[in-house]
Amino acid sequence: MSDTVIHAEDVTKMYRLQHQRTARYGTLRDVLARPFSRKAPSDKAKTGQEEFWALGGVSFEIKAGQVVGIIGRNGAGKSTLLKILSRITDPTGGEIRVRGRMASLLEVGTGFHPELTGRENIYLNGAILGMKQHEVRARFDEIVAFSDVERFLDTPVKRYSSGMQTRLGFAVAAHLQPEILIVDEVLAVGDHEFQKRCLGKMHEVSQSGRTVLFVSHNMNTLGSLTSRCIHLARGKVVNDGPTHEVVSKYLSQGEANHPLFESLERGEAPKILRVEVLTSKPGGLHSMLEPLEFRFQIWCPSPVRGACLSFEVNDLNRLSCSANPWLFDSEVPYARNAGVHEVVCRMPKARLFVGNYSLNIRFAEPPGGRKFQSLMGVCGFQVECLGKQRLEYAFEPGEAAYLEDCEWTARTLLQ
Amino acid sequence: MQEIIIRAKKSQTEYWAELWRFRELLALFTWRDILVRYKQTVIGVLWALIRPVLTLTVFVIVFGRFAKLDTPGGVPYPLLVLGGMLPWHFFAAALSESSMSLIANSALLTKSYFPRLLLPLSAVLATLVDFAISLCLLFALLLWFQFPVGPRLLLLPVLTAVAMLTAIGPGLLVTALNVRYRDFRYVIPFVVQIGLYISPVGFVSGLVEERLGWWGRVLYSLNPMVGVIDGFRWCIGVQNEIFLPSIFISLTVSLMMLGIGVSYFRATERSFADFI
Repeated sequence: MSDTVIHAEDVTKMYRLQHQRTARYGTLRDVLARPFSRKAPSDKAKTGQEEFWALGGVSFEIKAGQVVGIIGRNGAGKSTLLKILSRITDPTGGEIRVRGRMASLLEVGTGFHPELTGRENIYLNGAILGMKQHEVRARFDEIVAFSDVERFLDTPVKRYSSGMQTRLGFAVAAHLQPEILIVDEVLAVGDHEFQKRCLGKMHEVSQSGRTVLFVSHNMNTLGSLTSRCIHLARGKVVNDGPTHEVVSKYLSQGEANHPLFESLERGEAPKILRVEVLTSKPGGLHSMLEPLEFRFQIWCPSPVRGACLSFEVNDLNRLSCSANPWLFDSEVPYARNAGVHEVVCRMPKARLFVGNYSLNIRFAEPPGGRKFQSLMGVCGFQVECLGKQRLEYAFEPGEAAYLEDCEWTARTLLQ
Repeated sequence: MQEIIIRAKKSQTEYWAELWRFRELLALFTWRDILVRYKQTVIGVLWALIRPVLTLTVFVIVFGRFAKLDTPGGVPYPLLVLGGMLPWHFFAAALSESSMSLIANSALLTKSYFPRLLLPLSAVLATLVDFAISLCLLFALLLWFQFPVGPRLLLLPVLTAVAMLTAIGPGLLVTALNVRYRDFRYVIPFVVQIGLYISPVGFVSGLVEERLGWWGRVLYSLNPMVGVIDGFRWCIGVQNEIFLPSIFISLTVSLMMLGIGVSYFRATERSFADFI
């Protein structure tokens, strides 16, 4: 078809996993020593090399002007697909044909140099995203106005707050005018006000007839921005169709029902190794009003300035339905020493209503410091009303957000 | 309409055309590297002058006064040293900067697409600015000694280009190797340190022929900087003899290194983001 702008056919990507506890990059010594270590080729498995297929044959077609969402659990291959589409890494097999000018936005403020001023970084970042210099110049004032950093334009970006950096980064990206735009979940940053503004801009882009590919965990955003969704699981397309159909099937399958997040590789940066939701019943099932426990394991390769962990519990639409249970270092000292730390949050009486939930977790230094990690939509679990069912009127998901303790009294006023 | 085909073994016919399309980004990366180098320094770009002046002083005192190395044809020793030192420093800086260029920009590599060659190339181009500034020092000294220069000086840009090519070859090879094997970040400072002594910086390469004979000088020219430095000195007139086999051998070695560098870089560049 002539109006097909992205045509992916049987795209695969294989990574070789190293199971040794070494740094991610090898040293020459290992390579030089390899031919001399007398191991039969069959010993390869023992040395810890394993093939991992992040994508196992993905095919799809996207037409001009379509706004398409990509959903799937963490590790389903969404990021790998985006990286291949943006040509950051190559597929192991298969082919993608892209017609038109394509820009990808995998991160806000890619290539910002801390020593350069805001003004200089606008030009640099614009060029990295694929804008011509005269285009940046023409939209310079708009970009500055959108970012709200006018007064600091000639200050090095390293003196900006992280919020200002994000705003500046998004402002540049928002003024890109490619025919095809690929966006990773970049909206999960910044304060609420700014997120709203970004969403507005995304709306504008999706209405303007451009082709957009959008990865998100936010079903609500996807519902309002996209008309079509592709559901990836274990590196394969399992569903592709109108957004509402794909999303509701994705959620009802309980694919999101997996109360454990694990990423045990200890790198050079502080990170979350493991998150577990201890529900009252196995399989991520929880009875309403029973105690609920959240366990986090955090890895700090070196002492940090103190750590700040927060999470929200989200419902099906990924709307937050709990206040942020913050945990600051000042209350419970942890992470000031290097090592693996466990943090537990216990809700003695979880008031979450019947439904499916997941967590958004953020891990950072105290305000103003570095942001280490944010996990979106992990640890899905399901709240049931086992044993507390009303026979006459069954509890339905979505009827309420949570259960309040109430005292009821009744008296007759008139007879 | 432009069509991009993404596949494992894509045709490389468009490779160089694409590099040309991205020339604006190359200019911006170069501009960034130049801007960043002297940010938050008090005397800024003066550092590009002070370093060669200090090294020159040391050379003049140690080799000129104490070791009493003689100069052919009564050429002032400082001019002779500077004629070797400038191309050497340029080569050394270009090699060091380009060999670190990929790991220094790992965040860019994993988050955006552009021809990967831009990074080492811009690193080399940025060192050209320091070189141009230190050339002013050379011209000042030429005036000071009232040293006559001829039309050969017009060949200086050609020699600069050759020095640049000589640095780009190993630079590309090492920066690509650095992505997978971080050993190489220790190799380059060592090479640069040793190279200063085994290249004809403090002496003229004619000295090698005097001591080791014709074949000795031919072997010596396998160091590609020998030809570059000889040519450079010949251009500014501080050395009048030119040993053609040496120029030829050095140039051949440079071009071979360039070929190896470019082909290794191209063979590995598509997996940079996976390993860095």
